[in-house]
Amino acid sequence: MAEKVLMKGNEAIAEAAIMAGCRHFFGYPITPQTELAAFMSKRLPKLGGTYLQAESEVAAINMVYGASAAGVRAMTSSSSPGLSLKSEGLSYLAGSDLPAVVVNIQRGGPGLGGIRPSQADYFHATRSTGHGDFHLIVLAPNTVQEMFDLTIEAFELADKYRVTAMILGDGMLGQVMEPVDISRAGNVKTFPKEWALTGTQGKRSKNIVNSLYLEAEELEMLNLKRYEKYAEVGKSARTDNYLTEDADVIVVAYGICARIAKNAINEARKNGVKAGLIRPVTLWPFPKEQMKAAAATAKAFVVVEMSMGQMVEDVELSIRCSRPVILCNRTGGMVPTNEAVISAIMEADRTERS
Amino acid sequence: MTIVYERPKALTDTVTHYCPGCTHGIIHRLVAEVIDELGIEDHCVGVAPVGCAVFAYNYFECDMAQAAHGRAPAVATGIKRANPANIVFTYQGDGDLAAIGTAETVHAAARGENITIVFVNNAIYGMTGGQMAPTTMPGQITQTSPYGRDPKLAGYPIKVCEMLAKVDGTTYAERVSVDSVKSVKNAKRAIKKAFEYQIAGKGFSIVEVLSTCSTNWGLEPVEALEWLRKNMIPYYPLGVYKDKGASE
Repeated sequence: MAEKVLMKGNEAIAEAAIMAGCRHFFGYPITPQTELAAFMSKRLPKLGGTYLQAESEVAAINMVYGASAAGVRAMTSSSSPGLSLKSEGLSYLAGSDLPAVVVNIQRGGPGLGGIRPSQADYFHATRSTGHGDFHLIVLAPNTVQEMFDLTIEAFELADKYRVTAMILGDGMLGQVMEPVDISRAGNVKTFPKEWALTGTQGKRSKNIVNSLYLEAEELEMLNLKRYEKYAEVGKSARTDNYLTEDADVIVVAYGICARIAKNAINEARKNGVKAGLIRPVTLWPFPKEQMKAAAATAKAFVVVEMSMGQMVEDVELSIRCSRPVILCNRTGGMVPTNEAVISAIMEADRTERS
Repeated sequence: MTIVYERPKALTDTVTHYCPGCTHGIIHRLVAEVIDELGIEDHCVGVAPVGCAVFAYNYFECDMAQAAHGRAPAVATGIKRANPANIVFTYQGDGDLAAIGTAETVHAAARGENITIVFVNNAIYGMTGGQMAPTTMPGQITQTSPYGRDPKLAGYPIKVCEMLAKVDGTTYAERVSVDSVKSVKNAKRAIKKAFEYQIAGKGFSIVEVLSTCSTNWGLEPVEALEWLRKNMIPYYPLGVYKDKGASE
């Protein structure tokens, strides 16, 4: 059995990035993700890489844009307020079809908000990461091990599809320490980058990395083409299901909320309520089909999240509001209690089967 | 028959979108001649700004990126850090560099980032139709300073070379002009020196080029050159503001 290492979630992401071949990290300190930058500042110089502390989040994401355009695996990480600033760069990355990995260890908002864990950037990550028509691939780990595993996958997906892949965690996952098996990262996939700005070296015609298209017909065509790519990505929407086969009540939760929900489901089952968990691992693409399939047999849904109710809209859309959906939420850095989730499951179970 | 004058290899064979009389064309040519003379075309990467020079990526015959408004020095930093053997330059206007991209510019200089910036100062926002720029001079009339820039209301212009000369990380900062044959030749010398410093690994270099905007200044091209000489050069004196590379 492989030896496990005790690590913070933030550190596991950094370790995985290094294992995935990332040698260029551009950061800016912000709680509660700073350990990630600190880890990179310690490790990357020893590996011949670059840790650069940028003057702002805006500069950091644009440095990622440059490094990615030059063909290397590049990364930046931040927490909620920092992601607002990175929005510009995320839009340009999408418009230029550049791969990148961006981490958001969410804290409570809006504004400066707080520094306690939150999931209030769900809309930002899946809906409005910046101006224009585009998407990120959004991966939502719920253990430190998964922060490690999904980070490696994020680099692979980003290069494969030439998109930004985001690791959407929260302050609790970033800070918690758990044992991690770091031996899994066998063959990390790499992809040729014939489009990269490495200088022509006299061997090819010039490459241009650009997001400006003044002819509307051309821009529309490019957007349509990009959405064909998103449709392809959409096929790999993924969930981790727990006791869903016979479930009357389906709990939908991601990240740290999924761990609370799992405990609550176990408790509910002891009380004779058939509850099960669907944990979206990909938030974009959202696992619509898995939701639809569950709606065929379940009588009600409970969505647990640390926001005023954001993912709940995706659940309702996916099942076309065909079942009652109860929101069990906290906001501002508060975490839902086991009891609150159990009580929401009980309420859902009292629903008449339609 | 001997060819005595032709398009530099580092310029593409493209009709530019610049207005008649605009000095961007001269400055593009100078950069391209320098790239040719230094033989760096095959490992040169340029970064285009947002503004009049946004299409620079179509005009230079080398790998090119187009950056978000003001972010060219950050994008250039990423490119240079990824492949330090590449020669990386940005080509930016005054709105891009001295307003929205001030932080990126100052900090690229502070880090001593081994890149070259060609900074074109024409004291106005050209692409958007002639609004007040961070380099618009007191009293200068623009679309958004219709009564002349009033320092009490709109503050003072930023003198980029003077500012960056105070930054420890800056290796070379010089202000030149392209209003006459003599000044064009001098501008080329400065741009070449900036690239040579980068090749030698000497760090951050910037050449500020005073430029005209006939269209938005509302002047004939020749009048615009005269206006530059009469109004801009006294406010933005030409010369070397810093040259750490010379003593190294």
